[in-house]
Amino acid sequence: MDRLLYVTMTGAKQAELRQATVSHNLANATTTGFRAELAAFRAVPVVGGSGLPTRAFVVEQSIGADLRSGPLQQTGNDLDVAIVDAGWIAVQTASGEAYTRNGGLKIDASGLMKNSSGQILQGESGPLTVPENTRVTVAQDGTVSGIALDNPSQRVEIGKIKLVNPPSGELEKGSDGLFRLRSGQSAPVDANVKLVSGAVEGSNVNTVDELVAMISTQRHYDLQIKLMQTADQNSRSATQILSLNG
Amino acid sequence: MMRSLWISKTGMDAMQMNVDVTSHNLANVSTNGFKRERAVFEDLLYQNLRQPGGSTSQQTQLPTGLQLGTGVRTVATVKNFGQGNLQSTDGPLDLAIQGEGFFQVALPDGSTAYTRDGSFQVDNQGNVVTASGNALQPALQVPTGTTKVTVGSDGTVTAIVNNNAAAPTTLGTIQLATFINPPGLSSIGGNLLLETAASGAPTVGTPGTNGLGAINQGFVETSNVNVTEELINMIQAQRAFEINSRAITTSDQMLQKLSSL
Repeated sequence: MDRLLYVTMTGAKQAELRQATVSHNLANATTTGFRAELAAFRAVPVVGGSGLPTRAFVVEQSIGADLRSGPLQQTGNDLDVAIVDAGWIAVQTASGEAYTRNGGLKIDASGLMKNSSGQILQGESGPLTVPENTRVTVAQDGTVSGIALDNPSQRVEIGKIKLVNPPSGELEKGSDGLFRLRSGQSAPVDANVKLVSGAVEGSNVNTVDELVAMISTQRHYDLQIKLMQTADQNSRSATQILSLNG
Repeated sequence: MMRSLWISKTGMDAMQMNVDVTSHNLANVSTNGFKRERAVFEDLLYQNLRQPGGSTSQQTQLPTGLQLGTGVRTVATVKNFGQGNLQSTDGPLDLAIQGEGFFQVALPDGSTAYTRDGSFQVDNQGNVVTASGNALQPALQVPTGTTKVTVGSDGTVTAIVNNNAAAPTTLGTIQLATFINPPGLSSIGGNLLLETAASGAPTVGTPGTNGLGAINQGFVETSNVNVTEELINMIQAQRAFEINSRAITTSDQMLQKLSSL
């Protein structure tokens, strides 16, 4: 059979995968703290057999996440925090420490601080527990303190949110959407990471980029289909010649 | 079939939910004691189609894998318990809480519900009830012949009965309840909230003490919905909805091309 058909088939298949990534980014255009997925095509030349490698298959791959900051959305809620520029908020998961940009915090019935997805916030010395009747404030450096409502002159020290800023190359996105270090270790605390409270960070998906990527992927796919038709026509013509001569 | 169709579907679902929440806030822009809600989204699980670090030969490894996200979902609607404006009404039983706390009202089944809506009235038995007829807890009764009711900022209710202005009668005290996690309360409509496992147990106390808010007579607390913010949210949700539907159209066109082969 014609090799062209298989090369274009791979192209179309990988374009479908790309469309999945683009759709995922667009679906998360308003998800708090979401980092856009980046994808790239890679050429895989077919080496082997006799002669020169004349064909290259294409393979879609995720090359990581776009780590630029998203827009700050003012919510006016004291418990909403957003990271200014680079940095991550540490949370506890079943598989160890993970990092997120989602700073919509909340306090559960036992006083434990969690983010809006329900992961327990990692403090510099263990989880953060807020005593009852306390108004919580989060300082710029992640220090969580409270004012006892029954005694406003008394300041309650609750702890400090673990803020980290490992090199972006060492981070990878897990299948739960949280980031972890490739080494599986915990990142060290970075004192330079700054928070603002009363705001959350929106998604950093650039809808213009994604729409353009969507159109270009569609055209790329159309082109593959066109080539499949060409392959089909070629083999039809070949059959015709054979049948005339036969 | 194509993943992107289903992924965009989750996006459209989420944006529709966002508009639903926004519409609910806007519909309650003048509901007494209403607290605005915000829909919170999170990305769905990722599929690892090719694990990074997999071997491509005995010596080489894949530097990056192929990880495909599967869309978005709504995880929660978070209530914002920020203070609403206090609107002067001059009604003697219009009470607004300035600060933390909830009024306790008895439901017909005997359980207690919590509300920030303090526009109380008196029923035919003299009981102080909410606009929908649920009695205030602890029960408060206004005797016949009462000409003037005064509610202090600490919740003490006194009344002048039978024109005896020299010796006002104490009718009782209004108490407020607080929760460690107010967003964990469950809304049941009618401006009422119920205690849940997430909200924790209520702590009841005298208004103005232990961090509880003070009671203002002659005021009601209006909704804390910020119309501008809601409109911006609505615009954002609408456009995001359109873009997701555009992604579905694109996927459809791709499939159409495929089927015309």
